[in-house]
Amino acid sequence: MNKTASLLAGAVLSMGLVAASQAATLKMAYDADPVSLDPHEQLSGATLQLSHMTFDPLVRWGQNLNIEPRLASSWERVDDLTMRFHLREGVKFHSGNPFTAKDVAFTFNRLRDSADFKAIFAPFKEIKVVDEHTVDLVTNEPFPLVLNNATYLFPMDSKFYSGEDANGKPKDLLVKHGNSFASRNLSGTGPYTVTSREQGVKMEFTRNMDYWDKQSPGNVNNIVLTPIKEAPTRVAALLSGDVDFIAPVPPTDHKRIDRSGKVELVTMGGTRIITFQMNQSRVEAFKDVRVRQAIVHAINQEGIVKKIMKGFATPAAQFSPKGYLGHNDSLKPRYDLKKAKQLMKEAGYENGFTVTMMAPNNRYVNDAKIAQAVASMLSKINIKVDLKTMPKAQYWPEFDKQSADLMMIGWHADTEDSNNFYEFLSTCRNKDTGAGQYNSGEYCNTAVDKMVAEANAETDQEKRAALMQKIEKTIYDDAGFVPLHWQNLAWAARKNVEIQPVVNVMNFPYLGDLVVKD
Amino acid sequence: MIAFLIKRFFQAVVVMFVISLISFSIQDNLGDPLRELVGQSVSEEERQALRDEMGLNDPFLVQYARFATNALQGDLGTSYFFKEPALDVILNKLPATLELVIGATLIIVLVSVPTGVYSAIKPNSFFSRAVMGISIVGISVPVFLTAIGLIYLFSIELGWMPSYGRGETVPVFGSWETGFVTGDGLAHLVLPCFTLASIMLPLFIRLIRAEMMEVLQSEYVKFAWAKGISPTRIYFLHALKNTMLPVITVGGVQIGTMVAYTILTETVFQWPGMGFLFLEAVNRVDTPLIVAYLIVVGAIFVITNTLVDLIYGLVNPTVKLAGK
Repeated sequence: MNKTASLLAGAVLSMGLVAASQAATLKMAYDADPVSLDPHEQLSGATLQLSHMTFDPLVRWGQNLNIEPRLASSWERVDDLTMRFHLREGVKFHSGNPFTAKDVAFTFNRLRDSADFKAIFAPFKEIKVVDEHTVDLVTNEPFPLVLNNATYLFPMDSKFYSGEDANGKPKDLLVKHGNSFASRNLSGTGPYTVTSREQGVKMEFTRNMDYWDKQSPGNVNNIVLTPIKEAPTRVAALLSGDVDFIAPVPPTDHKRIDRSGKVELVTMGGTRIITFQMNQSRVEAFKDVRVRQAIVHAINQEGIVKKIMKGFATPAAQFSPKGYLGHNDSLKPRYDLKKAKQLMKEAGYENGFTVTMMAPNNRYVNDAKIAQAVASMLSKINIKVDLKTMPKAQYWPEFDKQSADLMMIGWHADTEDSNNFYEFLSTCRNKDTGAGQYNSGEYCNTAVDKMVAEANAETDQEKRAALMQKIEKTIYDDAGFVPLHWQNLAWAARKNVEIQPVVNVMNFPYLGDLVVKD
Repeated sequence: MIAFLIKRFFQAVVVMFVISLISFSIQDNLGDPLRELVGQSVSEEERQALRDEMGLNDPFLVQYARFATNALQGDLGTSYFFKEPALDVILNKLPATLELVIGATLIIVLVSVPTGVYSAIKPNSFFSRAVMGISIVGISVPVFLTAIGLIYLFSIELGWMPSYGRGETVPVFGSWETGFVTGDGLAHLVLPCFTLASIMLPLFIRLIRAEMMEVLQSEYVKFAWAKGISPTRIYFLHALKNTMLPVITVGGVQIGTMVAYTILTETVFQWPGMGFLFLEAVNRVDTPLIVAYLIVVGAIFVITNTLVDLIYGLVNPTVKLAGK
């Protein structure tokens, strides 16, 4: 290591004393790297992280789920259907092209062609360019989440992406699986430019010296992102000083990191809910609300959080985490074994029955262990569980086929809004409209569906909150699904890397604003 | 010799064909590649449309025929994740894996030959007993544990060695970048090579020891003693040569096994080689890459076995290749 250090020191010295004073380099290790440089190819954490480093959204989420202006410096509602955004002036893309309303329109239209992003932009009717620095986003119906969805609008350099590449294909071509110009080249307005990329091995970034945000305290000039898939290796790389910043941090290593003294662990309550769905069309007994209630009462969420998640999760009794409009504070986890047995007796299932259960084993934190724990908890009310766990790649096709009576699913709302949970996980399943796409339990309550539709069109925040909290309560009373917990988030970095101010619940640290002390 | 090579070549073609057929037929059981390509909230229709576009809904034989036609022209498909020809992706990662295997092989040869010979000559010495004891432990500890143990001790606690990756590499030719010529690159090689070597080392020490002990009992060695030839000559020329015959046979087979073990070693050390690539491809259901990897590894097996047969002929001239 000493040898390495001296070699590195030599390299730094020879690189020149030119950029000596404030040139901080951050070496970071994540569990994945982006599949493409095209921000619209895949809706995934790694892609959005890249977008926040190399592009800027119109607006972004702050640490308390407040909305912060970015490329839109201000906005106002023009009428029920129209939101007007005033764009920041004097902003330049990496290519040197000026940023204008045309670029926003270009990006908006491209997003609507993206298989992954089109759902987020489906409520919008069109974008209107008012003048060089003003755009109007028009929705089909009154839509309360215009700003939430505008966090996904990272304007791309329309001039840079127009024309044809060397293969005669248009430069803005958006393909899932293929070698397109946009998947290899990038021009945004963001704090960093990509200087080199070896997919799956290493990605290097350099600070954009013309970055518009002069207020940003960020002083990191170079970033080297290495994907390290194995959690123990990632932790070892941090503890041995080979990298400065890692995420995610496995719960089993939190104590070790805290003890080491050289690095700092930052955790935050997460927004991804882990649940089980009880399939009512496969199991007759699940049609009985008393049986569903019995199951929810038999599961000790706090025990799972404490023993399996090592305290690194928040026990849940509903979909919406704290901070979401739909979060209903009165709903608490219901673990009560006596009552569960009582309910089974009332429903006439005192002697229990046998069900099948499936869960992934490499998708969520400790997913297989959680499934085992739930299975053994259910055996206490005489429900025998036949559990099968499998890798996520095999699990999702089984989930789509609804292959088991109890199926695990975790969900994070892309819109950071409660209604997203209900739409995907608990509205009545309808193959034609795509409603309830991930509702493998076939829970169906028309009253809930009606309220979800209302909430989608309600622009008064207070009324909307009341409505969504009522939805949570209804599903809670119906025991429509088994809530387990919200996974927490964790990052760890060397003490001189001040990650606390830049992390957020979406898990895209704003690295442009990151400060590294000497 | 020529006849032997031609025969081998046709055998190799049959092996490749069988591997491609098997790997192609299991790909449906690996999971749905679309799930890894698109976000979670993408609708089923969108996914079906993409599946049609990529030809994943075609019947098995149609898909295989398409694959085989392209494969005959040297195109093993395009990786979903890298968006490059699967063969290119693998060949780009091959040098990293080969360097790891070379490093481990060096360690194995340099350590197992002297220790094996020594413990055969002096079976009752303390050192020999210690080596035998340690090798039992070594053979039963899983690679994963060895790797994590080494990282913990040498990277975290002592801080002597880097914990992951290849470090600084220097381009040699084409896509071959070597870590053998820089201090940083060599430092990065030490732990992974030792980990990989740890699987084979005990086996080879024991094999050399057993063979050597047997050879030392043979008539011609006794005769050499009677002739008064120096002990060094007897041990390292006359005895060792005959000891190496079975070792080379086993070694040839074990190199193939070692390629398989690189999957684990590379994963723990985040070594950017083809073993790590393969495991990632399985997780991502990147089927073209998986099929291409299996074919390449199959080819490596055939080639190493052919080379072993050739070397065998050199060491022991009584073996006739074509006659077999």
